[in-house]
Amino acid sequence: MDALLFMIFAAVAVVCGVNLVVQTHPISSALSLIGAMGALAALYLLLGGEFIAAAQLVVYAGAIMVLFVFVIMLLNAGTERKTPQGKGTWAKYAGVPLLVAFLGVVAYLVQSIVPATDNVVFGEFRKGTALDIGRALFTTYLLPFELTSVLILIAILGAIVLARKEID
Amino acid sequence: MNFFILTIIKAALVAFILLTALAYLQWLERKVLAHIQLRIGPNRVGPHGLLQPLADVVKLITKEDMIPSHVSKVFYLLAPFIAVMFALIPIAVIPFGGDLNIPAFTVGGMTIGPIHSTMELTDLNIGVLFILGISGLGVYGVALAGWASNNKYSLLGGLRSSAQMISYELPMALAIATPLLALNSLSFRTIVNSQSGYIWGFIPRWTIFQGPFPFMFIAFILFMIAAFAETNRVPFDLPEAENELVAGFHTEYGSMKFAAFFMAEYCNMVTVSCVATLLFLGGWHPIFPAAYGSSLIPPAIFIGAGLISFSHAMNPARRMDRFTLPVVGIVSFGLAAVFLAALFLVPAVGAALMPLFWFCAKVIAILFLYIWVRGTLPRFRYDQLMSFAWTFLFPVAIVNLFFVALWVALT
Repeated sequence: MDALLFMIFAAVAVVCGVNLVVQTHPISSALSLIGAMGALAALYLLLGGEFIAAAQLVVYAGAIMVLFVFVIMLLNAGTERKTPQGKGTWAKYAGVPLLVAFLGVVAYLVQSIVPATDNVVFGEFRKGTALDIGRALFTTYLLPFELTSVLILIAILGAIVLARKEID
Repeated sequence: MNFFILTIIKAALVAFILLTALAYLQWLERKVLAHIQLRIGPNRVGPHGLLQPLADVVKLITKEDMIPSHVSKVFYLLAPFIAVMFALIPIAVIPFGGDLNIPAFTVGGMTIGPIHSTMELTDLNIGVLFILGISGLGVYGVALAGWASNNKYSLLGGLRSSAQMISYELPMALAIATPLLALNSLSFRTIVNSQSGYIWGFIPRWTIFQGPFPFMFIAFILFMIAAFAETNRVPFDLPEAENELVAGFHTEYGSMKFAAFFMAEYCNMVTVSCVATLLFLGGWHPIFPAAYGSSLIPPAIFIGAGLISFSHAMNPARRMDRFTLPVVGIVSFGLAAVFLAALFLVPAVGAALMPLFWFCAKVIAILFLYIWVRGTLPRFRYDQLMSFAWTFLFPVAIVNLFFVALWVALT
């Protein structure tokens, strides 16, 4: 059951990822990205990372992508135009074999480096609850967590300052 | 296998009840609004217009399903699906009542049970976060509908809606975090269970009466305001403001595609009311202890309803009602009596139905509040709406959360 669900959601994620690149219209690409993120959330859930899955949905699929879609709609971005064929012909024919070769090398490396006993077992990981995450964030990783928060705050302030300048 | 069958039965039951409730919620809204505005409301189809939702559904299904020529077809057709899907999913994690124990019984030589289950589809550890996540995705339906319609009014409606929903999601999440902080869980069932019992024997230990007194109440008010905005209801129904935007994001939609948006809106209302009930109003716990007779309230209400329908049936006001009303009145009186008998005579059934009654009563009370507000308040201006969210609601929610966190840390 778990393996079947994994296959389904992995397939959805991959198809959405490819679609994201292939589509020419920004809205289609954005929607594919949302689909990929939703499938990833389901995969996290399968692995036992409940909180991460929920955060993925709330933050990425819910909030950030809404902003993306919002901006695309506001700017009324149209279908992107294909650049005239130049160097592209070489990439067109060599691209697919190279991609297959790259995937093969990566698969071989993963197979040889990671021992077979380290395979993922669904439902074995039980430290992904909100309680565990919260405890880890506020005890073991308190300093990195707070530093990241300050960093994000600085980024927000920077964004506001930059936006202000443009108005004047 | 038993689990699968049970889940499918429960899902079918919940879906059927929910969809019927959505149709009748619309009838309730029209009727209550009409009475607020000193009108009668729908009264042609069936007694008191009770069959109006059915007629509406038939009308919407049989209407021509047309697609305007200038729309981007895929997204235009996808949008209502997205809206309805993400409106219906959250119901899966909402618990309606306590445990359900059905002893073993035999049907046609086949022994079924004993069945032990809970009155909900599934109990997630992260139920609250799940609802936040899924309802956050619902905005794509509206935004996409506005964009795909290729119409400036629709686009404005969609843009307004997405801006409004991301703005009000923040205060809503902060208001939801307040009871979570005090009750220390993310699962709805645990949250409701920790609200059982009474303070001094008669004040229910609901979240709004618990903890540092004014803060939980403030959180409830903030949640309700944000929820009104999240569901695009008056006074925050800017995305479909008819005097500015024709009909907003669903201007170009007709027949069942329009109905899908309508359904999604009402379903979101129901979800939000359920969440408010579970987080703040004690879920299925009665408003005062059974020792003081709270278990007599549902029978009293049903007897009253039965008597009223009976007296209506005896004295029809119009000539046409002389034939329809007596039947309906007698049938509903009979139903009420049967229901009462079940409640009274079988304590096991009564124990299972009582939580359901209180949960539904609270949800309906909040839904009535929605309709009441719609009949009372005028619409915000768009800049007021945004500045209200960012300069009032959000800071108040943060300060409120801070005080509750302080209280939790101190105790």
